[in-house]
Amino acid sequence: MHHLLTAIFGPGFFASPQVHVAVSIGAVVAIVSAVTGVFTVMRGQSFAGHALGDVSAAGGSGALLIGLTPLPGFVGAGIAGAGVMDMIGVQRLRGRDLATGIVLGAALGCSALFLYLGATSGSTTGATQQILFGSIFTTAPGTVAAVAILGAVALGSIAAVARPLLLATLSPDIAAARGAPVRLAGLLFMLALALSVALSALAIGAILSTALLIGPAAAALRVTKTVPGALVTACLIGVAATWLGILLAYDSFYWRPGHQSLPVSFFIVAIIFATYLAAGLPAARRRAATRVTGAASRDKVAA
Amino acid sequence: MTDHTRAAVTPETLAVDQVSVALAGRQVLNNVSFTVHAGEFTGLIGPNGAGKTTLLRVILGLQKPDRGRVEILGRPRSPRNQPVGYVPQKVLLDPDMPMRAKDLVALGLDGNRYGLRLPSRDRSEAVRAMLHAVDADRFADARVGNLSGGEQQRVLIAHALISRPRLLLLDEPLANLDLRSGQEVIALLARIAREQQIAVLLSAHEMNPLLPVMDHVVYLADGRAASGPTDQIVTTEVLTRLYGHHVDVLHVHGRVLVVAGPAGDETASAHKAAAAGPAAGAG
Repeated sequence: MHHLLTAIFGPGFFASPQVHVAVSIGAVVAIVSAVTGVFTVMRGQSFAGHALGDVSAAGGSGALLIGLTPLPGFVGAGIAGAGVMDMIGVQRLRGRDLATGIVLGAALGCSALFLYLGATSGSTTGATQQILFGSIFTTAPGTVAAVAILGAVALGSIAAVARPLLLATLSPDIAAARGAPVRLAGLLFMLALALSVALSALAIGAILSTALLIGPAAAALRVTKTVPGALVTACLIGVAATWLGILLAYDSFYWRPGHQSLPVSFFIVAIIFATYLAAGLPAARRRAATRVTGAASRDKVAA
Repeated sequence: MTDHTRAAVTPETLAVDQVSVALAGRQVLNNVSFTVHAGEFTGLIGPNGAGKTTLLRVILGLQKPDRGRVEILGRPRSPRNQPVGYVPQKVLLDPDMPMRAKDLVALGLDGNRYGLRLPSRDRSEAVRAMLHAVDADRFADARVGNLSGGEQQRVLIAHALISRPRLLLLDEPLANLDLRSGQEVIALLARIAREQQIAVLLSAHEMNPLLPVMDHVVYLADGRAASGPTDQIVTTEVLTRLYGHHVDVLHVHGRVLVVAGPAGDETASAHKAAAAGPAAGAG
């Protein structure tokens, strides 16, 4: 029994303080990303989420360069980016791929510069890895509280305007005609999106933050019929993928003779991707079944 | 205005008074006036681009008129708590939307409120009764994105009605429906208008499907409106004048059909197709 446990959970997994921090941060980030992600996917704002990830990268690398930890940089740049997007109008942003792409490029260019300057000045070793691919194992334990507070703010914002947000997703005109707070709902949602992307950037990296945002949500939307169902399922997928990824990355230290851990971000993203593919199976099977029986059941309804 | 004596007794559910709107330099609505009464079915008819959607948006308060006023139940409309239900032309109901018919209807009850809500028996009972009223019980648990066009219209009508509005606005609800589904939706709306004493204002570019149930017509062309009881507007003389080309109003076996006159005027042909539509469309 003990051998089996050691085989699954590498030696020292439960004792390691880094693992404790990673598991806590991972859970918060996964839940916030999953909840925000469900609304992001339904509202068709995945591209905005990705854009915010790249803007956050510039903020995080800038923060490192001036001697701060990356988190304030991720959060600050994310919120500023969300504000600009809200001013331009996220709905219109979707139709403006070119302009958005150029802005993203510029943001990543800034990251490249900041990371280069940091590396050459020698003050921030491993900064590139940390910003672009996350630092869930190397985050200071003191950061957990900050992550939890920012996560609570994001979830609280969405909870406050969840219904107007849904109504506006279906039809902005119905929502406006009902006097629903459409503008405030959009603003609070962008705040939640910025916070969620920033937290995700901290955990699995700015480049990969969209994976945790969109992946579990998209998989959940494939297999659930209601919004609450999608939210719960997305949270479960996100947390499971994150924790499993942490475990595999920890164990991977013993896999190879050189004793070098593989990046945790890879495992998390790979598990999410596999889950997304698997979630498509029931729907595909249903579609195949409907094609066969569809005509018959339509006749039944008509009769 | 011919309805003055009546208006003095009960206020009109909706009064549109000399409304003008210019959008991007174009006069979309020009001095439009008409009234809509409780329990009546009013058709807002006009070719594409005549300003129907703009007019509905003015009534909803989504578009500010340059001149003129809109009163609902005798009071100027305000953005909040208006007893108006709305079924827009475009609603995002794709199959990926995790929403069942009953969830969408429930959102019509309190989708404008802050915070989360807990499940309640009263709510689900109200939703169930509403779905029954629009004859949508059997797909209450189906994803809205997987329903047919006619079924989606029923659910959207239930969504609009559950907040108990006195005025129901529908923007081109027949646009994407086949003939039979369209007739079912219209019969449903006529029944609801009568039974619940709701004023229904429905926009359409084709008049024929509405003729069996339409009490009033508001005809909109080039931003100007002509309105009146259906039997006064739907005559060969009036429609020919409104459409700007010859239109026949036929009475066949107790049914009324609007048929475009013989072709010849090239410029009017688009108008003709849009306004009169195929004669087969009448029911």
